[in-house]
Amino acid sequence: MEYFVLIVSAILVNNILLAQYLGNCPFLGVSKQMHTAFGMGAAVIFTMTLASTFAWCVYHFILVPLELEFLRTLAFILVIASLVQLVEIFMKKTMGTLYQALGIFLPLITTNCAVLGVAILCVRSDYSYMKMLVFSFSSAVGFALALVLFAGLRERFAISRIPHSLQDTSIGLVTAGLMSLAFLGFLEMA
Amino acid sequence: MRTIKEFKKGFSTELAPFRLVLGLCPALAVTTSAENGLGMGLATTFVLICSNILISLLRNLIPKKVRIACYIVLIATFVVTVELLLQAFFYPLYERLGIFVSLIVVNCIILGRAEAFASKNQIGYSAVDGLGIGLGFTMSLTLLGGIRELLGAGKLFGMAIMWKGFEPFTFMVKAPGAFIILGILLFLMNFMGSLNKGKT
Repeated sequence: MEYFVLIVSAILVNNILLAQYLGNCPFLGVSKQMHTAFGMGAAVIFTMTLASTFAWCVYHFILVPLELEFLRTLAFILVIASLVQLVEIFMKKTMGTLYQALGIFLPLITTNCAVLGVAILCVRSDYSYMKMLVFSFSSAVGFALALVLFAGLRERFAISRIPHSLQDTSIGLVTAGLMSLAFLGFLEMA
Repeated sequence: MRTIKEFKKGFSTELAPFRLVLGLCPALAVTTSAENGLGMGLATTFVLICSNILISLLRNLIPKKVRIACYIVLIATFVVTVELLLQAFFYPLYERLGIFVSLIVVNCIILGRAEAFASKNQIGYSAVDGLGIGLGFTMSLTLLGGIRELLGAGKLFGMAIMWKGFEPFTFMVKAPGAFIILGILLFLMNFMGSLNKGKT
C-alpha cells in the first residue's frame, strides 16, 4: 500500500515536470514530434532509474562513511555524466535512427535537472533502497507520460494558425500551464 | 568598447531565459516571490562568473573530447561553494530554495556559456559575459517573481501593496501560474520585438 501511494504520487500528484518544475528544457526542446518524445522518455526512464541507484549507493556507501555529505552535488553529477556517456554509446550502436533524432538532447540529459533532482530528492527524503528504486522509476514514468502527452498536443500546433509572436516556446509554456492545471486536480483528489 | 557590448547583450539579444530559452527550471520553480527570484539569480550569477573565468583560463589545457565533463566538475565546485555560503549566511533563503541550489549545476545557461563563450574567448570578456548574462537572468527572475508574488499573494518583496479587498489568485504561486506567466511574458517580448522590427 505504501508503495502504491508512492507510485501514484510520483507519477500523477507530484509529477516531476508539471508540479515540481524539473526537466523543463528537454520538455520544451524535444516535444515537437511524437517519436522523439518517446525516445527521450525512454532514455530518461532508463537513465534516471540507473542514476538514482548509483547515486544512492555512492551517497550511502562512500559519502556518509567518510562524512563528505556536502560533496553530494559534485559526486552525483559525476555519476550522471558518466552514465549518460554510457547510454549514448549504447544507443549509437543499437538504435541509430533514434540516436540521430535525439541529436543534441541525449548528451543534454546530463544537464537534465530532473535526473539530478530525483537523485537528490531520494537522498534528502531518506528513502530506503527499495523506495528509492520505486520512486525514481515512477518519477521517470511520470516525466515520460507528461512529455508524450505534451508532444501529442504540440503536433497539432504545426497545423493550426497561431499568432506569430505566440509561436513555439510561448504557446508551449501556456499549454504546459494548462496541463499543469489539470494535474493540479490530482492534488485535490489526494 | 567590446567589453560594453559583451555586457549589454545579456540584457538585450541574449537575455536569459527569454531570448535564450535556457535555464527554465529555476526560472519556474523558485520565482514564487521577488525575493526568491533575486536570491536565485544572484547565486547563479556568482557561479556563472566564476566558472566563466576559470574555464576561460583553462581553455587551452582542457582536451576537446572530455571538455563537457571538465566543465561540469568546475561548475559543480562553485555550486558547492555557493551552497555552503548560503547555508552559513542566508539560511532561510537556502531553506526556501531547497534542492534548486544544488540544481544550479545543471542550469543549462552556465554550461551553455562555458561552451559557447568562455571556451573561445579571453578571460576579461568571459568575466564580463558572465556578469551580463547573470544580471540579465537575475532581472528576469526578479520580474517573474514580482509578478507572481503580486498576483498570487498581493505583495511585493513581502510588503502588502495591493488595495484592500484584493483577492489573490493563489494558483499564480503554484506550478500552472509559473508556466502561464512565463509564456505570456515571452509573448510580450516577441510582440515588442516584432513591432520594433516593423519600424526599421
